[in-house]
Formats: sequence, C-alpha cells, structure tokens
Amino acid sequence: MTVSGIISFLFQQTMFFSIPLLIVALGGMFSERSGVVNIALDGIMIIGAFAGILFINFMQDKMSGQLLLLLAILVSMASGMIFSLLHAFAAINMRSDQTISGTALNMFAPAFAIYTARMIQSNGVQQVEFLNTFRIASVPVLGDIPVIGPLLFQNCYITTYIGFAILIVSAIVLYKTKFGLRLRACGEHPQAADSVGVNVYKIRYAGVMLSGALAGLGGLVYVIPTSTNFNATVAGYGFLAIAVLIFGQWKPMRILFASLFFGFMKTIAATYTVIPFLVNLGIDTYFFKMMPFVATLLVLAISSKNSQAPRASGQPYDKGSR
Amino acid sequence: MKKKLVSLIDSPGFLSAMSSISAIVLGLLFGFLILLISNPGQAVQGLGIILQGGFSGGAKGIGQVLYLATPIIMTGLAVGFAFKTGLFNIGTPGQFIVGAYVAIYIGVKWTFLGGVQWIVALLGATVAGGLWALIPGILKAYLNVHEVIASIMMNYIGMYTVNMLIKRTVYNSLKNQSMNVAATAEIPRFGMDKVFVNVKGNLMDTSTVNGGFFIAIAAAVVIYILLNKTKFGYELKACGANRFASRYAGINEKRTIVLSMVISGMLAGLGGGLLYLSGANGRHISVIDVLAEEGFNGISVALLGLNNPIGIVFSALFIAYITLGGNYLQRLAFMPEVINIIIAVIIYFAALSLVVRQVIMYLRRRREQRAAVKAAASEGGAQE
Repeated sequence: MTVSGIISFLFQQTMFFSIPLLIVALGGMFSERSGVVNIALDGIMIIGAFAGILFINFMQDKMSGQLLLLLAILVSMASGMIFSLLHAFAAINMRSDQTISGTALNMFAPAFAIYTARMIQSNGVQQVEFLNTFRIASVPVLGDIPVIGPLLFQNCYITTYIGFAILIVSAIVLYKTKFGLRLRACGEHPQAADSVGVNVYKIRYAGVMLSGALAGLGGLVYVIPTSTNFNATVAGYGFLAIAVLIFGQWKPMRILFASLFFGFMKTIAATYTVIPFLVNLGIDTYFFKMMPFVATLLVLAISSKNSQAPRASGQPYDKGSR
Repeated sequence: MKKKLVSLIDSPGFLSAMSSISAIVLGLLFGFLILLISNPGQAVQGLGIILQGGFSGGAKGIGQVLYLATPIIMTGLAVGFAFKTGLFNIGTPGQFIVGAYVAIYIGVKWTFLGGVQWIVALLGATVAGGLWALIPGILKAYLNVHEVIASIMMNYIGMYTVNMLIKRTVYNSLKNQSMNVAATAEIPRFGMDKVFVNVKGNLMDTSTVNGGFFIAIAAAVVIYILLNKTKFGYELKACGANRFASRYAGINEKRTIVLSMVISGMLAGLGGGLLYLSGANGRHISVIDVLAEEGFNGISVALLGLNNPIGIVFSALFIAYITLGGNYLQRLAFMPEVINIIIAVIIYFAALSLVVRQVIMYLRRRREQRAAVKAAASEGGAQE
C-alpha cells in the first residue's frame, strides 16, 4: 500500500471506530446532564445492535442497501429506547441505585441476545449473520474531490454522516433550546428547576430515553462496518463511551475529539499489521490490543483532577427532600 | 417466644433478606415466562430442572455447586467489601484473572517448593489481585478518577496481559488454555472427594471440589470480623458513609480508599487462585478475549447477599446452584443462558428493593391496623 493509501485507510478505519463512540457518548451526555448516570450504555448498545442486525437478517432477502440500513437504524433506536425505559423507571421513579440497575441491564443484554438468537435461529448458534450491502465505494461527485474525497467520501457508510449530524443537532439542542436549558438545569440543581415549574421526572425520562435511542443506534453502527455477524458483544464499547464522555467533560465538541482520539487508538490496535513501521517494531499483538485501555487510563489520570460532572448526576430526585 | 418472633420479623436484617428473596422469586417467575414463550410444552419441566439445580447431579452435583460457589464467594466478598466502604469495585474480572494467572504460574513452575507450593500459589494470587486493584485505588484517591471507569479499563488490560503471559509461559497449545498445575500445587481435598462422588460400579465420578471452599468460608468470616469488630473496619465504613465527615473526624480518607480497594482486589485475586488450583479435571484459563465471568458474577452475589459476608456465602451458593441447573437445562430444548437472564432480572429487582420494602412496610402497617381494629372490637365486645 502506498503512504497516501495507508493514510486514507487509517482515516476511514478511525471513522468506523470513532463514530459509534461519538454517538453513544452523546447519548450518555443527555442522560448524565439530566441527572441520571447511565452505566447501562454497553447493554443498550448490545440490545440495539441485536435488534437491528436481526432485522437485517430477516429482511435482507426482500431488500438491501441504504433503505434496509435506515430501517434497521430505526429498529435499533426504538429497541434501545424501550430497553432504557427499564433504567429510567428504576432510577427516576424508584430512586434505586443507578449503578446497580445499570449493571443489571448490562448483564441482561448479552444473555438475552444469546438466548434469543439460539432459540429462534434454526442452526441454534448465537451469532446473527448479515450481508453487508451498505458500504459506499465512493459518494458521487464528492468522492472525486482530491485529498478530502478519499478521506471522507470513499469506502464509507451513511452512518458516519448520521453521526456528525447527531453531533451538530445535539450541540444545538443542548445549548440553544428551551429543552436543553431545562435538561442542564435538572442535572445541576433539580430543586431549582422544579421550583420554576420544570417537571424534573419528565426531563430525566427524556434524557434517559435519548441516551437509549443513541446507544441502540451506536451498537448497530459499531457492528456494521467491523463485522459480518453479531456475536452478542460490542467489545466493551459502551464502557469506552463513558470514558469518552468523562474525557470530553460532558460537552459535545470535546466529546468529538475524545472519540476521535480513542477511535484512532482502536484503529491502530486493529490494523497495525498493515502498517510496516509498526510491524517492524516487533511488539506483541496483545500490547496493541491493550493500548486503547491503557491510553484511556492515562488520559483520565491526567484530565480528571479538576473534572466536574453534572452536579446532581447520579442522585435520585425526591420532591420532598431539601 | 412470640415476642422474639415479632422482633425478628421487624428487624431490618429480616426485611432486607425478604427483599432479596422476593427479588429471587420475581426473577424466577420472569425466567419461567421466558421458558413459557420459547417452548410452552416443556416450560414447567424446565423450571423444575432449574429449581432442582445441582441436586440433579447427585452427590457429585452438590460438590460441583460448592466448587462453582467458591470463586464467586470470593469475588462477591470483594465487591461487597468495597460497597461497604463506598466503592463500586467492578474490576473483579481483572483482579480475579490476574490472581488466577499468578497462581497457575507458581503452580506450574515452582515445583521446588514441595508441599507448600499451593499455599505460596494462593498467596501469590492474593498479592496479584491486590496490586491490580491498587491502581484504580490510587487513581480514585489522589487523581479523582472514578473507580468504575478505571476498574473497567484494568479489566481489559488484565485480560490481555494474562492471555499474553499464558502464551509465553504456561501454554497448552493443543487445548488453547493454561497448563495443568503440579500435584503439589493442587489445593488439598480434605476428604471432600470421598463425599462428593457418584459411584457407578467401578467408575468413580468425582467432583472437582476441594478445600478451597473452606478457605472461602474462612475469608467470609475474616471479612465479617474486620468490618464489624475492628476499628479499621469502622473507619472503612465511615469513609463509605461520608468521605468528608470522616476526614473531619481525623480519618486519612485517601489511605482508606486505597486500602479498601487493595483488600477488595486481594479477595478477588485469591478467588482466582482457588478456582484454578484444582488439577487436570478442574478449570483452566482459556486464551480467549472474554472477561472472566466469575468477576461479574461477584457483583450479583454481593448485591443479592446485601453486601453482608454471611449473606454473600448463601447468595453465592444459590447462584452456583441455579447455574448448574441451567447446564442441565440443555437436556430439554432450552439454552442455559436463561440462567444469566434470571440473575440479571434478580439484580434489577434487588435494585428496586426500595419498592419491595415499601410493600412490606405497607402490609405490616395494614396488619397492625387490623390488629388494632380487632383489639378495639374485642374490647368493645367485652364491655357489653
């Protein structure tokens, strides 16, 4: 491969790993800024990916390409949102420990995906296969632009553009709308928000459901470009997304850079064998696999000292308390 | 006698136990529902197999319950202990597997130790688990990194490190797993192989259970004493209840956070040693990129046991029991993963324990009101 070929290959791969992180971390942002810690992102990703891939698996005889992908995206978002309601109910209505209910969802999701896949597929295996008819070799016109074309508009998926669209919409919603202001108020000081007539429970439900929809979508977006089957796991991506959220300081633009950073790390880990320079170093493959996680730890160690989570994040809101 | 019973029922411990038990019942009901949806004809039979659990396997089955319970008692203690001190140690999969690797390494290589090899291997496992938890502990105490995120990262780093080290040092390439440990590194059976065995003619189908179970019970007792009977334990719990108040009271809260993470990690690491030092028939570490499930099961065990060391022993036995029942489920057209679904649902309902407790309180209030009405009525009757 030529140098420019390697660069555009790495760039495309980085997108495949970064975009799901970006989408899921933005989801986590909506939940945390409304005041609910959502450690269940990993489980919700699994449910979203499972539902979406299963949908593709069933429908791919009848349709293919971008229409099928768009429908699968809707299925993933809806299933993620419904699944997240369980967390919302426990965290908001029942005021239960949010870490525990999130952990329960994380445990439920892979078991459910494996059980259902094995029960309903005639071959009885847990992997759900799908045909990848979604890759765009080159976007018309845009793909022919020099430099930018190969980087952004060749060998890509519409999910990349959906991810960036979600980023922009999220930033606008969070900072420029009434809903965003109320959401942030509920995460910082729910009593104050309540005193001016904001329904804290409703806003928090909205925050958790948004995180569910985005995490469900993120699960599908993670699986599609990197595999040809879904094996009841998203490789800890939901947890990485939480790290991205913290590293990104709960702010959309910083989350973008954090997810690009981790996506790049992950890309190196997954593709170092095609980069002659890295292969020549003769480092054990396991070191490359570890690298994204080591980098996360180092980055968190450096950046967490003064990090400020939304003040009321993780605390159940009780109307009666002062 | 009746007074004693009433005070028992009114005690908070009883209420907590009731909320765990009702979570279990709801979880089993949900599991039954899933069986019913997926295969109505065999659902009742399936539930029967789950409830029969380890007993389906005769004496060996009971031994296997104890063997499976041993590591999750330890990871459950690790999670529960950390919870008591206000930390959520979700890093038990990493600490567990690192401990397991060190135990296996010593168990395979250090044969010069002779009869004490298994003891040294267990000590090594304990130290390794503690060191693995030291990093998130320090990050939490001094650099404000949330222990959940740091622990999760350490889980993946631990898994990859162990896989790499196994391939380099104690690798059985035929089976893609770790090698058998030396005979002197196996934990002594203490006669349990004589009890938990199915005899079929000349065939002795022996359970893999060994003295590790007693070590786990001993660890539970030690943790119970540490938490409830010592000054150090009191400081740990005070820190968990309110970090700032403890600092005001003169407790070095940073040191306490680090220490409680390390102790928690040591428990999980020892659990790794206890599971894998068990001879050729016992478990081996498979070199696959999957986090150790015993670690995550520790979370369920701790939550179900309400973080109480004694409760943890019982909840570990319960989870091992139905997990084994799940394996027997494959005789019917069911997949054993339904057990993991049931456990997850149990944890979810345990998280909702508030509502369960409220229901119990409500029922109790109603009972008291009824009793009061009855008393008033009978009093009225007496006056007539």
